[in-house]
Order: sequence, then C-alpha cells, then structure tokens
Amino acid sequence: MQETETTEEARRALEICNACRYCEGFCAVFPAMELRREFATGDLSYLANLCHNCKGCYYACQYAPPHEFGLNLPQTFAQLRAETYAEYAWPKPLGAVFQRNGTVVALISALGIALTLILTVLIQDPTVLYAAHEGPGAFYRVIPWWLMTTLAGGTFLYALLALAMGFRNFWRDTGSSLAGPAGPRPVATALHDILTLRNLGGGGHGCNDRDEAFSTQRRWFHHAMFYGFLLCFASTSVATVYDHVIGHPAPYPFWSLPVQLGTWGGVGLVVGTAGLIWLKVVSDQAPAARNLLGADYALLGLLCLTSLTGLLLLGLRGTGAMGVLLAIHLGIVLSLFLLLPYSKMVHGLYRSGALLRNAMERHAGHAPASD
Amino acid sequence: MDWDRVYDVLVVGGGNAALCAAVTARQAGASVLVLEHAPKAFRGGNSRHTRNLRAMHTAPTSVLTEQYLEDEYWDDLLRVTGGQTDEELARLTIRATAEALPFMEACGVRFQPSLTGTLNLSRTNAFFLGGGKALVNAYYATAEKLGVDILYDTEVVSLQLDDGFVRHAEIISRGFPRRVRAKTVVASSGGFQANLEWLKQGWGPAAENFLIRGTPYAKGRVLRNLLDQGVASVGDPTQCHAVAIDGRAPKFDGGIVTRLDCVPFSIVVNKHGERFYDEGEDVWPKRYAIWGRLVAQQPDQVAYAIIDSRSERLFMPSVFPAIKSDTIEGLAEKLGLDPAKLAETVRGFNAAAGHGSFDNSRLDGCHTEGLTPAKTNWARTIAVPPFSGYPLRPGITFTYLGVKVDRNARVLMDNGRPTANLFASGEIMAGSILGKGYLAGFGMSIGTVFGRIAGREAAKHARN
Repeated sequence: MQETETTEEARRALEICNACRYCEGFCAVFPAMELRREFATGDLSYLANLCHNCKGCYYACQYAPPHEFGLNLPQTFAQLRAETYAEYAWPKPLGAVFQRNGTVVALISALGIALTLILTVLIQDPTVLYAAHEGPGAFYRVIPWWLMTTLAGGTFLYALLALAMGFRNFWRDTGSSLAGPAGPRPVATALHDILTLRNLGGGGHGCNDRDEAFSTQRRWFHHAMFYGFLLCFASTSVATVYDHVIGHPAPYPFWSLPVQLGTWGGVGLVVGTAGLIWLKVVSDQAPAARNLLGADYALLGLLCLTSLTGLLLLGLRGTGAMGVLLAIHLGIVLSLFLLLPYSKMVHGLYRSGALLRNAMERHAGHAPASD
Repeated sequence: MDWDRVYDVLVVGGGNAALCAAVTARQAGASVLVLEHAPKAFRGGNSRHTRNLRAMHTAPTSVLTEQYLEDEYWDDLLRVTGGQTDEELARLTIRATAEALPFMEACGVRFQPSLTGTLNLSRTNAFFLGGGKALVNAYYATAEKLGVDILYDTEVVSLQLDDGFVRHAEIISRGFPRRVRAKTVVASSGGFQANLEWLKQGWGPAAENFLIRGTPYAKGRVLRNLLDQGVASVGDPTQCHAVAIDGRAPKFDGGIVTRLDCVPFSIVVNKHGERFYDEGEDVWPKRYAIWGRLVAQQPDQVAYAIIDSRSERLFMPSVFPAIKSDTIEGLAEKLGLDPAKLAETVRGFNAAAGHGSFDNSRLDGCHTEGLTPAKTNWARTIAVPPFSGYPLRPGITFTYLGVKVDRNARVLMDNGRPTANLFASGEIMAGSILGKGYLAGFGMSIGTVFGRIAGREAAKHARN
C-alpha cells in the first residue's frame, strides 16, 4: 500500500515500541514486530490487521499522551486498518465507501429495505403485504421465489467474489517476507486463534475493554455475535438445501433445524451486537479512533437489525404483519450481503489473513527476509 | 476533601513503594491518604519505567525458572555494591521478596514469562506484563477499591518534625498551600535525580547536560527537608547511577527506549574526535553504567559512538535513527565533529585493530595493538560504509543519598534514635541497601518489601 500520514505515524510508533518491548506479553502483534527492524507499508498493514484492539498496550504505555512521544498504538492501528480496507477493496474505486462508512452502510440499508418493499408492491398485488399467509411457500406468496433467489444468490456470490479479491490484495501486499502457501499446521493454528480470539486474552487476564480495568466482556460478546452469525448462516444454508434440493420450502416449524439454528443464532447476534455497542458507548474514548466509530456502529446496528427482524418475523409469521416484516427482513439481509465487502465486516477477512501470516511466521520460526 | 481530617497514615509519594505501603496499611485497617506530586497521567514515579522485580525463590514458580536462593542473591548484591550495603536490611529484603509475588498478584499485578531482550533474567527476575505502568495501574486500582484516598498534583513541601515526631505536612495541592495531619507518615517520595540544581552540587555545571531517564517529579524535596531537620542520612550525597544513553533523548522521562547498546562494537569519541576509553572492555550490560560516568567526564558531557555497516544489526537500537554517511568525513560533519580529526582517529584505530577474529556473541579477544586507549574486544576496523553515528549523553537513573531506616522501616535521627511516627520506603531509603552500583530489578524489590513493612508498621503504630 502507499505511504500516508497514518503509515508514517504507525512506523514512528512501532519504532518506539520496538525499542521498548514491555508489551510483548499482551498479544501476537509485539512478537511479530520484534522480528523486524524496518517496517515496510505491507508490514504495517499486516501488524495493524493483526491488532485486535484490546488496548492493553495503551494503558500500559509509559509513552502514551500526554508524554511527548504521544504513543497511541490502538488508535493509530485502527486508523491504519481503515486505510487498508479502502486500499484492498475490489473493485478499487469502491474503496471510497470506507471514507464515510457509517453513512454509506446506513444509506444502503435504508435503500435495501425500501427497494424490497417497493419491488414487492410493484410486482405483487400490494395486499399480499397485509394478508396472513400460511403453509409451505407462504413466504413466496409475498416475495416471489425467482426474485428472492436471484437477489440473494446474486448479491451473495458477488460479495464472495469481492471478498476473495480483497483478500488476495491483502495477502500480496503483506506477503513480501514469506514465500509459498500455508501448510496445514499454520492453518490449524490460525483457525484456533480466529475461533477462540486468543489475542483478546491479554496474556490470559482479560483486556482493557472499557478502561484501565481488565475484563473478558468484549471477547464473549464477540463470540456471541460471531457464533450467532455462523448459526444464522447455517440456518440459511440448511433451508436452501431443504428448499432447492429436497423441495421442502419455508416456513418450517419452530422445532425444525433451520428455525432452531436461526433462532439461537439470532439470539446470539442480538446479545453480541448489543453488548458490543454498549461497550463502545461506555468505554474510554482516548484510545479509540473516532473517525471509525461510524463504521463500527453501522455494522453492529445492521447485524442487530438483521437478527431482530428475523426473530420478529419468526414470532409474528402467522399474523398479517408477516408480509411487511418479511420484506423488511429480506431488505436488510440483501443490504448485508451487498455490504459484506464494503463494511467493517472485512476486518474479519484481513484479521484472519494476518493471523494466518502470523502462524506461518511462528511455525517457520525465523525472521522474515526483510530483516 | 476534608482538610481537617486526621488520617492514620499519610503516604508521601505515588510510586511502587508508596502504593505498597498504602495498600498494606489500609488492609490493616488504617485510614490512608496518598499524596502524589505528579498528575494522574504521570503517576507512579520511576516505577512507571521499571519492568521487573528480583525475587528469591526456592523452586520454580509460574514466572521464575529454577531457583534463586538467599546466598546467591546476597552474593550478587555484594558484588555490585562492593560491600556498600547493610547485611541485615539486605538479607531481610532478599528473604521477603519470596513472599512479594503473591502479594503483588493479589493486588492485580500480572506477570509474563520473560521473552526477549538483551538480558536473560528469567531465572532471577519476575517481569510485569505490560511493564511498570501496568503495575502502577494495578496498585492504584487496588488502593482505590480498598478506600485509600489519593490526591494527584499534590506536592509535600515539608514534614514538620518536632523532636522526632511529625506534627503535620505542609503541602501544595493543585496549586493551593494546605496543611495535612496524620498519626503516622510514610515517606516514599524517591530520590533527587530530577533536581539538576542539587545534582550540580556533586557534579558542577556538567549536570546541566545530564538527561534524566525517569520522572521529572523526583526533586528530593522531602528528602532535603528531612535531612535538614536532623534525620540520619545514608549513601554518597554526590553519587548517582548514570548510564550512557542516546543523546537525543528528551530531558526527562525518555525511559527504556533511549538505551543504546552499540558501544562495544563501536569506537567512541568525544567532541574533539578523540577516543577516551576501551569500548570493548566487557559486554554492554556490565559496562553501560561506567559509560554514563565516562561521558559525564568528557567536555560538554557528550560523546559519539561510530560503527560501520557490518555492525548495524548487532545490537538493540535506540528509538532514534542512526546518523549515516558514506564517508567518515561526511559523518563527522553531520555529527558536528572536525572531519579531519575524526578521519585521523578512525585511521589510527583501523591501523591498530583486527588482532583476533571478531565474534559478537562472546568476549572475542579481537583487540588493538599499540593504541591508547586500547580496545580489548570486538576491535574490528571501522571500514565498510555506510558509517553510522549515535550521540551519547549521561542518563541519570537514580541517586544514592537517602534517609536511614531500621528493620521496621522507621526513620532514624542523626543521634541514632528512632523517629516517633515517621517511616520510609523505596528510593528515599534504598541507599542503605544499595549504596553503589545497580542490580536489575532490585529497586523494585526494596520498594515492595519496605513499602509493605512501612505500611504495616505505620498502621500498627497509628492504631495503638
């Protein structure tokens, strides 16, 4: 990636950190930093995306503001991450959406809901929105099968492509030091780090979620959100198979697999996203990157709305509210799919990539070629 | 703030020793007020810059390997102090460090296995996760939770002694002069290393050019005040622990990142471009303190370490980038040295150097012949450009002068009698035990051990 004021500041910060090293017990960033003496922009991107924003290093830092060195690594890294999201976006011009991501995500979400409602009314008889529907295929009487599958499948496949291209950009930009593909052991290590959020452990004692005090709340809320999301995704996948492979269309009974997966996933998503929003509101703003709060809140809000409307739809699907709720819920899901590559969601992609690269470095057990 | 309240224990200072005293006294049931000179962001004195504590242990612990027994610890101390210590207080301190870690952990201090760095101390020293500021944060959080009252931006100007009894403390709190009364007082306000005027008494005008590695709040005001009132002193009043650090460091609070480990692989010249000491006498951890003194004795208290490109990666760099040039003359110009003179010094060195094979991982015996002063190890020529230069200045870590205490941390008067209600812990009394030299992590050991003793004794005294 290109040099900016943020990369310059990140380099200055890391050169201070690399001469100090008091924080090396907190997370993977510092041992990875210690493998290097010079920091190319790709190294900075890698380390910034490896940072889980636990803020342990900020509160422990003898050089934090108001010290004249004014070191605020969590904030600098967060700002740099935002720049990397724009840098790696595919297609490239769409990186601009990371400039004012909160606004963009909110607008797209609103448009998604509006579009679904309008399309439904235009294509169907508007009364379908208000009538009660029951039995197999009830949802398709509100929004026709062809429209639902085209929109959902199309946007999802596009999102997958854009995410894959973004990952490729990240991997190329940060990969100057290691050659060859990842072996099975680094992949297993990285998966373990991703699935357990090992680096949100602060060395086993918790992180500075809110202030100087240590807690594991952020880690658990993120787990609730992440695994909730996976359960919802599993629910959608199972339902897709039911519908398209064995010809058994929704709605499904409450105790069926897709509904159970979706319900518990939805609950996890609501709890996790609400908890993370609450933590953001009450936490000390000093180590936060203010220009990124919009993107954070927007994605958390969108995920929370996705699950809330899904749960509401489940609760009220036998009533006349089902039509409108379905349209709103699907509008939000449509926006979520569209925004996957253009929202804070990409942090998971690059974080995973950074963890994989870190696992490769650790298993290789040698300093990268640049050193 | 109720200024008329009479606290059981008044703690002067806000570093590790002060907080250990405050927490211990509060746990013993005493009411405690802590007065910290620094604002909250810079609280913790020099403890903020520390990283570990040297702890005796008879068996491996979660963070310490093998064992480190009393006699070995004592031998280490004896070696660095050259006997300028007090065996009773020293052994008491050493033995008590065995119980220090559980206390610290109960106060929320967290440890990490030592990972990297230039010193291998994993057997003898317990490393704080995140370093000294994280430790300080943990103690403050514990103190607040226990109900210790803390005032920041509050300097103690004077402790009014009356026949060995502290009547009250004169303070300036957030700019306002106040008077505070307490049944007992624990003085944990550190040394005087940030007081350049005082340092000049021992060093003359040269002290103007010293850099202070730690807190600017260690002015020694309480120490001076007590000594002026007839409290017994220990330690050489003119001496301070000085190490050679990067000359570009800030005047105060530069901390660990200003260290510079290149000297053994360099030649070091003064502002006249002349060498003045054997740069390769021993490994750097055993020599950096000597070099603080050496640089302090040079004109303008400045020196320049010069290496060639082959040595660039043999040491932990300071935070400031090397000053580089493709020629010695060019480097001299950038450093503000006489180019012809520096070139001549390097030529002379190169002609004498290279007797033996260079090996940076050990005392290699690669030496100069026919050169004064000689370089006895790592004397490889300075020949492969680009050449790098680093300015060096004396960085003051701490001073040795302190108040004399007994084994209960009670401050003693000049006439040998104990004070009635005055205790001390930390750097202000450490000169009793560490009268000379330096032992990594031992300052924190003294502070923790005597902080706890002072807190315990002060609380006991106040509650009687």
